[in-house]
Amino acid sequence: MKHLLTSRAILLASLLAIAPAAYAETPADTLVVAATIDDIITLDPAQAFEFSGIDVTINLYDRLVDFDPTDLEAGFQPSLAESWEVSEDGMSITFTIREGATFHSGNPVRAEDAAWSFQRVVKLNKTPAFILTQFGFTPENVEEKITFEGNKLTLNLDKPYAQSFVLNCLTAGVASIVDKETVMANAEGEDMGNAWLGTNDAGSGAYTLGNWRANEAVQLAAYEDYWQGAPEMKRVIVRNVAESSAQRLLLEQGDIDVARDLTPTDVDAVREVEGLKIDEEPKGRILYMGLSQKNELLSNPAVIEAMKYLVDYEGISNSFLKGIFVPHQSFLPKGYLGALDENPWTYDVEKAKQILADAGIEGGTVTTKIRDLREYIDVAQALQASMAEAGLTLEIEQMTGAQVLDAYRAREVPIFLGEWGPDYSDPNTNAATFAYNPDNSDEAKATGLLAWRNSYAVPTEMGEATEAATLEQDSEKRAEMYKDIQRQYQEEAPIIPLFIRVANTGLQENVENWTTGGTVTNAMYRSVTKGE
Amino acid sequence: MTDTNTGGQGPTPPVSASDRRAGRNRRLRRIAGTLLSLALTLLGLLLVTFIIGRVMPIDPVLKVVGDRATQAQYDAAYQAMGLDQPLVVQFFRYLTEVVTGDFGRSISTGQPVIEDIKHVFPATLELATLGTLIGVSIGVPLGVIAAARRGGIIDQIARVVALVGYSMPIFWLGLMGLLLFYGILGWVGGPGRQGIIYDGMVPHVTGMILVDSLIAGDWAAFRDAFSHIILPASLLGYFSLAYISRMTRSFMLEQLSAEYITTARVKGLSERAVIWRHAFRNISIPLVTVIALSFGSLLEGSVLTEIIFSWPGLGQYITKTLLAGDMNAVLGGTVVVGTCFIGLNLLSDLLYRVLDPRSK
Repeated sequence: MKHLLTSRAILLASLLAIAPAAYAETPADTLVVAATIDDIITLDPAQAFEFSGIDVTINLYDRLVDFDPTDLEAGFQPSLAESWEVSEDGMSITFTIREGATFHSGNPVRAEDAAWSFQRVVKLNKTPAFILTQFGFTPENVEEKITFEGNKLTLNLDKPYAQSFVLNCLTAGVASIVDKETVMANAEGEDMGNAWLGTNDAGSGAYTLGNWRANEAVQLAAYEDYWQGAPEMKRVIVRNVAESSAQRLLLEQGDIDVARDLTPTDVDAVREVEGLKIDEEPKGRILYMGLSQKNELLSNPAVIEAMKYLVDYEGISNSFLKGIFVPHQSFLPKGYLGALDENPWTYDVEKAKQILADAGIEGGTVTTKIRDLREYIDVAQALQASMAEAGLTLEIEQMTGAQVLDAYRAREVPIFLGEWGPDYSDPNTNAATFAYNPDNSDEAKATGLLAWRNSYAVPTEMGEATEAATLEQDSEKRAEMYKDIQRQYQEEAPIIPLFIRVANTGLQENVENWTTGGTVTNAMYRSVTKGE
Repeated sequence: MTDTNTGGQGPTPPVSASDRRAGRNRRLRRIAGTLLSLALTLLGLLLVTFIIGRVMPIDPVLKVVGDRATQAQYDAAYQAMGLDQPLVVQFFRYLTEVVTGDFGRSISTGQPVIEDIKHVFPATLELATLGTLIGVSIGVPLGVIAAARRGGIIDQIARVVALVGYSMPIFWLGLMGLLLFYGILGWVGGPGRQGIIYDGMVPHVTGMILVDSLIAGDWAAFRDAFSHIILPASLLGYFSLAYISRMTRSFMLEQLSAEYITTARVKGLSERAVIWRHAFRNISIPLVTVIALSFGSLLEGSVLTEIIFSWPGLGQYITKTLLAGDMNAVLGGTVVVGTCFIGLNLLSDLLYRVLDPRSK
């Protein structure tokens, strides 16, 4: 008994002795970020297509054109390309590559590297490759279509696409320029360095890759010879912290500078803490409701119309979606060419009832699958309640994200609730999936198109308008075309945009110029500074 | 041979060469038997996990190619992953690779499974070991004392401690612990295995940061790692303490009511000698099994604890990869957990022999 007590005393004493100081500040030249980064599966820009993966590659690599992190609204700016010229027929664009930019290996950035990087994406044909191949590049023709001479790079397109469309696509992570010499030295077989680049970097961006430990952390180090000047933060450490409350504690204790995944409750709490602040930034992800047109009830135009009035937009966004989503009823996010700032629907059960009654619909039951994410379940249950008021029964089966996605791609989800994030910063990214579906048959297997997944036969003229908008050289006219498409979409489409995501990032007060990339791009660290 | 051989009470007869051979053969047979049962157990484990993985309604191809993939990209990945083959073929292909030490590549991290496990297993091992040490060093004495002073104040305290340990959700307890010891008191480090400035500073030898920092002689890093591990380890320790102290108590009660204890007391032995030298010695055998089982369950990884404390361990790894349909990773993790359990069983068998004089 006696020696038991003494050993406990020793344990306690040793515990106290090693306790660290209560408030630890992160080093002045280091940015420490807590985020959920367990979605990263590769850091090869030709393959990376996960949010956290692109958050990394966007900082390791430069593209021909890029966004300015301190002024996203200005749109794409010259980056590794200092200028470009479109041929008279609009069928080719020639870029002049900047002198003086170097890769992390010390090799100069050449037009040859740029051409090879694009050819590589097309030949590897990983998921994000479509962002480039939509301009008519195939593994067979890409060497003739993408050429270089001296410091000039030429892209030969298959149609006279709108300049803004092509250049917006070139800001995407997949269009990153890689160091041909370095990558080829590490290629295995025919993989063009795909395996090696999965965990290494060969870019010219503001940061080099320190290391990436899956599910644990990513470390970046400043590239001192960066052509736009070395970034102020010499190290960036992104730690995988899945729990919002853990992120908040770390932030409050000063162990991290940035907390990226705070729940609404924690956001409110952080606002009250002295020395901390919340940065609000709209994101591009749209929470929408897809009504499968294979379902007899849901394919009735009156039901589609009534459903738009059965969502309590204000109520939901002010309660359980507070601070993460705001109402948004068109398919282009703010900040996109042609974005429509019109929200025509309000929560109106009486009106919905009237619409249903006029169409002679007396009740009906839908059983659907909803992903087991808190936000989606909450929205589904709110919908369930308001549908019940209008005489419709909604039965909800909760499933994992992967299960719901599987069923959705097999066109087997009657009412889908989920998010869609743009793939690149051009309006076509959403128009081509919401409002385009040339073949609505099961055999078409156009699993990438939201319209197809919901079995929505997009009217021919709307599909044609979507195609035509990609060819309009006059940006103002192009914007008008997208507005028209969205208005028509709001009239009739069974895919109903409901809300748009807002990023609420918790920051230490001294962190300046933080950006998550807004609606158009990803988190960029080179502009970030830390004051006193 | 002489007449000594005929006498029943004589010295041990010299062992003939054939006896030695027989003894060696017996030992070899026993080792071979153990190895065979180990291999069969692992095979069965792999087969069951493999089948569960394949009938699960989760599509691993989608994890690889992503939501936006075209049907052609999807089909290419489907074939590249060998999913177009019959299940039996897939399983045999997997087995032949495993036998050559190739556990394949994880689709959710993009790394070879072996590399992933080299990272996540030491994290769990370190946490589970410290947790078990804490659980045993407090749980066993607590159980013994509770039994010796049955109904006394320590017994009551032990009962409450165990009850709370059984019934408290670990998620809540972990967060409250963080809030109190890290957030308010600042006694321990926050979530994660290390403070930011020590991240990646200690050379990777065993992967257990406490051990590695000792090897490197880096005391500051050791202190930092200790301040991060102590809270989650105490939490796990508390749960194993609850279990171990209850088991110890009931084992002890059983012994203390035995006749030999009465005899010992009648002989005038001190109470301490009766409890520790006589009764405790007899419960050490079942206790070893209890401790080994408790350690084993911690080695599976405590998923919730790992999530709250951002601890990149085996539990989180297996759960996450399972939900992604990442079967290479799940099977690799299962082999590790299975081997640990079998190893612990063997070890407790071995200790059994050491501790139980009858088995000599």
